Amino acid sequence: MHEILIEEKILARNNEIAAANRQALSERGIYAVNLVSSPGAGKTSLIESMTRHLKDQSISFAVVEGDLEGDFDAKRVEKHGVPALQITTGRACHLDAHLIEHSLPWVLKHEGLKLLIIENVGNMVCPAEYDLGEDSMITVMSTAEGDDKPLKYPAIFAASEVLVINKTDLAPYTDFDIRKARENALKVNPYLKIFEASCRTGDGVKEFAAYIAKLAITKRSLKNT
Amino acid sequence: MHEMSITRSILEIVGRQMAANNMNSLKKLTLRVGELTAIEPEVLRFCFDAAIKGTQFDGAALIIEEVPLGGRCRECAGEFRITAFDNCCPKCGSTNIDRVSGDELDIISMEGD
Ligand SMILES: Nc1nc2c(ncn2[C@@H]2O[C@H](COP(=O)(O)OP(=O)(O)O)[C@@H](O)[C@H]2O)c(=O)[nH]1
Ligand SMILES: [Mg+2]
Ligand SMILES: [Zn+2]
Repeated sequence: MHEILIEEKILARNNEIAAANRQALSERGIYAVNLVSSPGAGKTSLIESMTRHLKDQSISFAVVEGDLEGDFDAKRVEKHGVPALQITTGRACHLDAHLIEHSLPWVLKHEGLKLLIIENVGNMVCPAEYDLGEDSMITVMSTAEGDDKPLKYPAIFAASEVLVINKTDLAPYTDFDIRKARENALKVNPYLKIFEASCRTGDGVKEFAAYIAKLAITKRSLKNT
Repeated sequence: MHEMSITRSILEIVGRQMAANNMNSLKKLTLRVGELTAIEPEVLRFCFDAAIKGTQFDGAALIIEEVPLGGRCRECAGEFRITAFDNCCPKCGSTNIDRVSGDELDIISMEGD
Protein backbone atom coordinates (compact mmCIF):
# COMPACT_ATOMS: atom_id res chain seq x y z
CA MET A 1 0.00 0.00 0.00
CA HIS A 2 1.27 3.43 -0.83
CA GLU A 3 0.09 6.98 -0.42
CA ILE A 4 -0.17 9.17 -3.48
CA LEU A 5 -0.37 12.91 -3.23
CA ILE A 6 -3.10 14.35 -5.45
CA GLU A 7 -3.63 17.98 -4.35
CA GLU A 8 -6.36 18.82 -6.80
CA LYS A 9 -9.44 20.99 -6.45
CA ILE A 10 -12.52 18.77 -6.42
CA LEU A 11 -14.27 21.15 -8.80
CA ALA A 12 -11.23 21.66 -11.04
CA ARG A 13 -13.10 20.36 -14.09
CA ASN A 14 -16.10 22.63 -13.47
CA ASN A 15 -13.76 25.59 -12.98
CA GLU A 16 -11.99 24.85 -16.28
CA ILE A 17 -15.26 24.82 -18.19
CA ALA A 18 -16.39 27.98 -16.35
CA ALA A 19 -13.18 29.70 -17.44
CA ALA A 20 -13.86 28.70 -21.05
CA ASN A 21 -17.44 30.01 -20.77
CA ARG A 22 -16.13 33.27 -19.34
CA GLN A 23 -13.67 33.54 -22.22
CA ALA A 24 -16.32 32.86 -24.87
CA LEU A 25 -18.66 35.47 -23.37
CA SER A 26 -15.86 38.01 -22.96
CA GLU A 27 -14.82 37.64 -26.59
CA ARG A 28 -18.30 38.83 -27.49
CA GLY A 29 -18.31 41.54 -24.83
CA ILE A 30 -21.25 39.97 -22.99
CA TYR A 31 -21.57 40.59 -19.26
CA ALA A 32 -22.97 37.58 -17.40
CA VAL A 33 -24.71 37.42 -14.04
CA ASN A 34 -25.66 34.38 -12.00
CA LEU A 35 -28.87 35.03 -10.03
CA VAL A 36 -29.27 32.86 -6.95
CA SER A 37 -31.81 32.72 -4.11
CA SER A 38 -34.11 30.45 -2.16
CA PRO A 39 -37.17 29.38 -4.15
CA GLY A 40 -39.63 32.24 -4.43
CA ALA A 41 -37.40 35.14 -3.34
CA GLY A 42 -38.18 36.86 -6.63
CA LYS A 43 -35.45 36.11 -9.19
CA THR A 44 -37.84 35.79 -12.13
CA SER A 45 -39.87 38.79 -10.94
CA LEU A 46 -36.69 40.85 -10.75
CA ILE A 47 -35.77 39.92 -14.33
CA GLU A 48 -39.29 40.83 -15.47
CA SER A 49 -39.21 44.15 -13.59
CA MET A 50 -35.76 45.06 -14.90
CA THR A 51 -36.68 44.50 -18.52
CA ARG A 52 -38.15 47.96 -19.17
CA HIS A 53 -35.20 49.74 -17.55
CA LEU A 54 -32.63 47.66 -19.40
CA LYS A 55 -34.40 48.31 -22.70
CA ASP A 56 -34.48 52.04 -21.90
CA GLN A 57 -30.70 51.88 -21.66
CA SER A 58 -30.43 49.87 -24.90
CA ILE A 59 -29.07 46.84 -23.09
CA SER A 60 -30.12 43.88 -25.20
CA PHE A 61 -30.05 40.80 -23.04
CA ALA A 62 -30.98 37.13 -22.95
CA VAL A 63 -31.95 34.88 -20.08
CA VAL A 64 -31.01 31.29 -19.30
CA GLU A 65 -33.44 29.76 -16.83
CA GLY A 66 -32.38 26.87 -14.63
CA ASP A 67 -35.06 24.80 -12.96
CA LEU A 68 -35.54 21.27 -11.74
CA GLU A 69 -38.29 20.85 -14.32
CA GLY A 70 -40.81 22.79 -16.41
CA ASP A 71 -40.35 25.94 -18.48
CA PHE A 72 -42.62 28.31 -16.55
CA ASP A 73 -39.95 30.91 -15.84
CA ALA A 74 -38.70 31.01 -19.45
CA LYS A 75 -42.30 31.55 -20.59
CA ARG A 76 -42.75 34.39 -18.09
CA VAL A 77 -39.62 36.13 -19.33
CA GLU A 78 -40.45 35.59 -23.02
CA LYS A 79 -43.75 37.41 -22.50
CA HIS A 80 -41.68 40.57 -22.07
CA GLY A 81 -40.04 40.07 -25.45
CA VAL A 82 -36.80 38.79 -23.94
CA PRO A 83 -35.23 35.65 -25.44
CA ALA A 84 -35.14 32.93 -22.81
CA LEU A 85 -33.80 29.39 -22.80
CA GLN A 86 -34.97 26.89 -20.22
CA ILE A 87 -32.48 24.36 -18.86
CA THR A 88 -33.90 21.60 -16.71
CA THR A 89 -31.47 20.05 -14.28
CA GLY A 90 -33.58 17.02 -13.37
CA ARG A 91 -32.40 16.05 -9.91
CA ALA A 92 -29.44 18.40 -9.70
CA CYS A 93 -30.17 21.30 -7.38
CA HIS A 94 -27.85 23.76 -9.13
CA LEU A 95 -26.57 24.73 -12.55
CA ASP A 96 -22.98 23.88 -13.36
CA ALA A 97 -20.51 25.18 -15.92
CA HIS A 98 -21.14 22.22 -18.20
CA LEU A 99 -24.87 22.98 -18.49
CA ILE A 100 -24.06 26.61 -19.30
CA GLU A 101 -21.47 25.49 -21.86
CA HIS A 102 -24.29 23.67 -23.66
CA SER A 103 -26.47 26.78 -23.65
CA LEU A 104 -23.75 29.04 -25.09
CA PRO A 105 -24.45 28.30 -28.79
CA TRP A 106 -28.01 29.52 -28.17
CA VAL A 107 -26.76 32.59 -26.28
CA LEU A 108 -24.14 33.53 -28.86
CA LYS A 109 -26.48 33.27 -31.82
CA HIS A 110 -28.13 36.50 -30.60
CA GLU A 111 -26.38 39.42 -32.27
CA GLY A 112 -25.46 42.50 -30.26
CA LEU A 113 -26.12 40.93 -26.88
CA LYS A 114 -24.67 42.94 -24.00
CA LEU A 115 -25.94 40.99 -21.02
CA LEU A 116 -26.68 37.39 -20.11
CA ILE A 117 -28.78 36.75 -17.03
CA ILE A 118 -28.63 33.21 -15.70
CA GLU A 119 -31.35 32.36 -13.20
CA ASN A 120 -30.01 29.52 -11.10
CA VAL A 121 -32.14 26.83 -9.47
CA GLY A 122 -33.85 28.13 -6.32
CA ASN A 123 -31.41 27.00 -3.66
CA MET A 124 -29.23 28.92 -1.23
CA VAL A 125 -26.64 26.23 -0.69
CA CYS A 126 -25.50 24.30 -3.71
CA PRO A 127 -24.98 27.02 -6.35
CA ALA A 128 -22.35 28.63 -4.11
CA GLU A 129 -19.67 26.13 -5.13
CA TYR A 130 -20.33 26.13 -8.87
CA ASP A 131 -18.68 28.82 -10.96
CA LEU A 132 -20.63 29.10 -14.22
CA GLY A 133 -18.32 31.59 -15.91
CA GLU A 134 -20.33 34.62 -14.80
CA ASP A 135 -18.88 38.06 -14.12
CA SER A 136 -20.88 38.44 -10.95
CA MET A 137 -23.02 36.34 -8.70
CA ILE A 138 -26.10 38.11 -7.39
CA THR A 139 -27.99 36.80 -4.39
CA VAL A 140 -31.63 37.74 -3.96
CA MET A 141 -33.16 37.44 -0.51
CA SER A 142 -36.66 38.59 0.37
CA THR A 143 -38.14 40.18 3.45
CA ALA A 144 -40.38 37.11 3.69
CA GLU A 145 -37.29 35.19 4.83
CA GLY A 146 -35.21 35.66 7.98
CA ASP A 147 -32.81 38.58 8.32
CA ASP A 148 -30.29 36.09 9.73
CA LYS A 149 -30.13 34.25 6.40
CA PRO A 150 -26.60 35.48 5.62
CA LEU A 151 -25.33 33.88 8.83
CA LYS A 152 -27.17 30.63 8.14
CA TYR A 153 -26.08 30.35 4.51
CA PRO A 154 -22.76 32.20 4.51
CA ALA A 155 -21.23 30.41 1.50
CA ILE A 156 -23.61 31.95 -1.01
CA PHE A 157 -23.26 35.45 0.45
CA ALA A 158 -19.49 35.10 0.53
CA ALA A 159 -19.44 34.01 -3.11
CA SER A 160 -21.66 36.89 -4.29
CA GLU A 161 -20.72 40.36 -5.45
CA VAL A 162 -24.20 41.82 -5.15
CA LEU A 163 -27.18 41.32 -2.84
CA VAL A 164 -30.73 42.39 -3.65
CA ILE A 165 -33.11 42.56 -0.71
CA ASN A 166 -36.45 42.09 -2.45
CA LYS A 167 -40.08 42.44 -1.36
CA THR A 168 -39.40 45.58 0.66
CA ASP A 169 -43.14 46.29 0.27
CA LEU A 170 -43.77 43.38 2.65
CA ALA A 171 -41.25 44.49 5.28
CA PRO A 172 -43.83 46.37 7.41
CA TYR A 173 -45.83 43.15 7.77
CA THR A 174 -42.94 40.90 8.79
CA ASP A 175 -40.35 41.01 11.55
CA PHE A 176 -37.62 41.23 8.92
CA ASP A 177 -35.22 44.01 9.89
CA ILE A 178 -33.60 45.38 6.72
CA ARG A 179 -30.87 47.15 8.67
CA LYS A 180 -29.98 43.93 10.46
CA ALA A 181 -30.06 41.94 7.21
CA ARG A 182 -27.59 44.38 5.67
CA GLU A 183 -25.39 44.17 8.74
CA ASN A 184 -25.38 40.36 8.70
CA ALA A 185 -24.67 40.24 4.97
CA LEU A 186 -21.73 42.64 5.33
CA LYS A 187 -20.34 40.59 8.21
CA VAL A 188 -20.15 37.57 5.95
CA ASN A 189 -18.95 39.58 2.95
CA PRO A 190 -17.69 43.12 3.57
CA TYR A 191 -17.40 43.75 -0.18
CA LEU A 192 -21.06 43.06 -0.96
CA LYS A 193 -22.92 45.74 -2.92
CA ILE A 194 -26.46 45.85 -1.54
CA PHE A 195 -29.69 47.00 -3.18
CA GLU A 196 -33.22 47.13 -1.80
CA ALA A 197 -36.08 46.52 -4.20
CA SER A 198 -39.73 45.68 -4.54
CA CYS A 199 -40.82 44.01 -7.74
CA ARG A 200 -44.40 44.66 -6.61
CA THR A 201 -44.14 48.47 -6.38
CA GLY A 202 -41.09 48.84 -8.62
CA ASP A 203 -39.16 50.63 -5.87
CA GLY A 204 -35.42 50.30 -6.26
CA VAL A 205 -35.59 48.17 -9.40
CA LYS A 206 -34.46 51.02 -11.63
CA GLU A 207 -31.35 51.64 -9.50
CA PHE A 208 -30.43 47.95 -9.58
CA ALA A 209 -31.03 47.74 -13.33
CA ALA A 210 -28.91 50.86 -13.87
CA TYR A 211 -26.07 49.30 -11.91
CA ILE A 212 -26.16 46.12 -14.00
CA ALA A 213 -26.49 48.17 -17.21
CA LYS A 214 -23.38 50.13 -16.28
CA LEU A 215 -21.38 46.96 -15.68
CA ALA A 216 -22.52 45.59 -19.06
CA ILE A 217 -21.68 48.83 -20.87
CA THR A 218 -18.26 48.96 -19.23
CA LYS A 219 -17.49 45.41 -20.27
CA ARG A 220 -18.59 46.10 -23.83
CA SER A 221 -16.46 49.25 -24.05
CA LEU A 222 -13.42 47.32 -22.82
CA LYS A 223 -13.93 44.87 -25.66
CA ASN A 224 -14.17 47.65 -28.24
CA THR A 225 -10.94 49.37 -27.23
CA MET B 1 -28.16 18.57 -1.91
CA HIS B 2 -25.07 18.78 -4.08
CA GLU B 3 -22.84 16.51 -2.00
CA MET B 4 -23.75 13.76 -4.49
CA SER B 5 -22.43 15.80 -7.43
CA ILE B 6 -19.35 16.62 -5.35
CA THR B 7 -18.91 12.89 -4.68
CA ARG B 8 -19.10 12.16 -8.41
CA SER B 9 -16.43 14.78 -9.10
CA ILE B 10 -14.23 13.28 -6.38
CA LEU B 11 -14.55 9.73 -7.75
CA GLU B 12 -13.84 10.94 -11.27
CA ILE B 13 -10.53 12.45 -10.16
CA VAL B 14 -9.63 9.50 -7.95
CA GLY B 15 -10.49 7.00 -10.71
CA ARG B 16 -8.20 8.84 -13.11
CA GLN B 17 -5.40 9.02 -10.52
CA MET B 18 -5.73 5.34 -9.64
CA ALA B 19 -5.46 4.33 -13.29
CA ALA B 20 -2.45 6.58 -13.77
CA ASN B 21 -0.78 5.00 -10.73
CA ASN B 22 -1.77 1.39 -11.44
CA MET B 23 -3.80 1.24 -8.27
CA ASN B 24 -6.64 -1.30 -8.20
CA SER B 25 -8.20 -0.81 -4.82
CA LEU B 26 -8.66 2.29 -2.73
CA LYS B 27 -8.12 2.12 1.03
CA LYS B 28 -8.15 5.72 2.12
CA LEU B 29 -8.96 9.08 0.65
CA THR B 30 -8.15 12.39 2.32
CA LEU B 31 -9.98 15.63 1.55
CA ARG B 32 -9.67 19.21 2.72
CA VAL B 33 -12.97 21.04 3.25
CA GLY B 34 -13.16 24.68 4.35
CA GLU B 35 -15.68 26.00 6.85
CA LEU B 36 -17.01 28.58 4.38
CA THR B 37 -17.87 26.06 1.69
CA ALA B 38 -21.42 24.88 1.22
CA ILE B 39 -20.33 21.32 2.03
CA GLU B 40 -21.67 19.47 5.02
CA PRO B 41 -18.97 16.91 5.92
CA GLU B 42 -21.48 14.44 7.37
CA VAL B 43 -23.66 14.60 4.25
CA LEU B 44 -20.60 14.19 2.05
CA ARG B 45 -19.54 11.14 4.05
CA PHE B 46 -22.99 9.63 3.65
CA CYS B 47 -22.99 10.20 -0.12
CA PHE B 48 -19.46 8.89 -0.47
CA ASP B 49 -20.22 5.66 1.41
CA ALA B 50 -23.34 5.11 -0.70
CA ALA B 51 -21.60 5.85 -3.99
CA ILE B 52 -18.60 3.54 -3.55
CA LYS B 53 -20.60 0.35 -2.84
CA GLY B 54 -19.79 -2.29 -5.43
CA THR B 55 -17.22 -0.14 -7.21
CA GLN B 56 -13.42 -0.19 -7.36
CA PHE B 57 -13.53 2.30 -4.45
CA ASP B 58 -15.58 0.01 -2.18
CA GLY B 59 -14.39 -0.08 1.42
CA ALA B 60 -12.32 3.10 1.21
CA ALA B 61 -12.16 5.24 4.34
CA LEU B 62 -12.91 8.90 3.85
CA ILE B 63 -10.86 11.34 5.91
CA ILE B 64 -12.09 14.93 5.90
CA GLU B 65 -9.71 17.60 7.19
CA GLU B 66 -11.92 20.52 8.11
CA VAL B 67 -10.30 23.93 7.73
CA PRO B 68 -11.69 26.75 9.88
CA LEU B 69 -12.41 30.23 8.54
CA GLY B 70 -9.08 31.88 9.24
CA GLY B 71 -8.06 35.52 9.34
CA ARG B 72 -4.82 37.47 9.35
CA CYS B 73 -4.57 40.93 10.85
CA ARG B 74 -3.08 43.64 8.65
CA GLU B 75 -2.11 45.70 11.69
CA CYS B 76 -0.36 43.19 13.94
CA ALA B 77 0.07 40.28 11.49
CA GLY B 78 -1.61 37.91 13.98
CA GLU B 79 -3.42 34.84 12.66
CA PHE B 80 -6.66 33.60 14.20
CA ARG B 81 -9.93 31.82 13.67
CA ILE B 82 -12.85 34.03 12.67
CA THR B 83 -15.85 33.02 14.75
CA ALA B 84 -19.43 34.14 14.11
CA PHE B 85 -18.09 36.47 11.40
CA ASP B 86 -16.86 38.99 13.97
CA ASN B 87 -14.07 39.97 11.51
CA CYS B 88 -12.02 41.36 14.32
CA CYS B 89 -8.45 40.62 15.43
CA PRO B 90 -8.57 39.06 18.92
CA LYS B 91 -5.12 40.47 19.76
CA CYS B 92 -5.33 44.14 18.77
CA GLY B 93 -9.03 44.60 17.96
CA SER B 94 -8.42 45.78 14.41
CA THR B 95 -11.07 45.02 11.81
CA ASN B 96 -8.50 45.44 9.05
CA ILE B 97 -8.17 41.74 8.37
CA ASP B 98 -7.80 39.37 5.45
CA ARG B 99 -9.45 35.99 5.18
CA VAL B 100 -6.77 33.40 4.62
CA SER B 101 -8.59 30.08 4.81
CA GLY B 102 -12.03 28.48 4.79
CA ASP B 103 -12.91 28.07 1.11
CA GLU B 104 -10.87 24.91 0.47
CA LEU B 105 -12.44 22.00 -1.38
CA ASP B 106 -9.56 19.74 -2.37
CA ILE B 107 -8.46 16.15 -2.64
CA ILE B 108 -5.20 15.86 -0.74
CA SER B 109 -4.12 12.24 -1.20
CA MET B 110 -5.12 8.63 -1.61
CA GLU B 111 -3.86 5.29 -0.38
CA GLY B 112 -4.42 1.87 -1.90
CA ASP B 113 -2.91 -1.16 -3.61
N1 LIG C 1 -45.11 41.31 -2.37
C1 LIG C 1 -44.16 41.01 -3.24
N2 LIG C 1 -44.18 39.83 -3.89
C2 LIG C 1 -43.19 39.56 -4.75
C3 LIG C 1 -42.14 40.47 -5.02
N3 LIG C 1 -41.30 39.90 -5.91
C4 LIG C 1 -41.82 38.71 -6.22
N4 LIG C 1 -42.95 38.49 -5.53
C5 LIG C 1 -43.81 37.28 -5.57
O1 LIG C 1 -43.08 36.19 -5.04
C6 LIG C 1 -43.41 34.98 -5.72
C7 LIG C 1 -42.16 34.29 -6.24
O2 LIG C 1 -41.53 35.12 -7.19
P1 LIG C 1 -40.60 34.55 -8.35
O3 LIG C 1 -40.13 35.70 -9.14
O4 LIG C 1 -41.28 33.45 -9.07
O5 LIG C 1 -39.41 33.94 -7.46
P2 LIG C 1 -38.18 33.00 -7.91
O6 LIG C 1 -38.55 31.61 -7.53
O7 LIG C 1 -37.01 33.48 -7.10
O8 LIG C 1 -37.98 33.17 -9.37
C8 LIG C 1 -44.36 35.38 -6.83
O9 LIG C 1 -45.66 35.12 -6.39
C9 LIG C 1 -44.13 36.86 -6.99
O10 LIG C 1 -45.28 37.55 -7.46
C10 LIG C 1 -42.14 41.72 -4.31
O11 LIG C 1 -41.26 42.56 -4.44
N5 LIG C 1 -43.17 41.93 -3.42
MG1 LIG D 1 -37.86 31.73 -10.90
ZN1 LIG E 1 -4.28 42.55 15.12
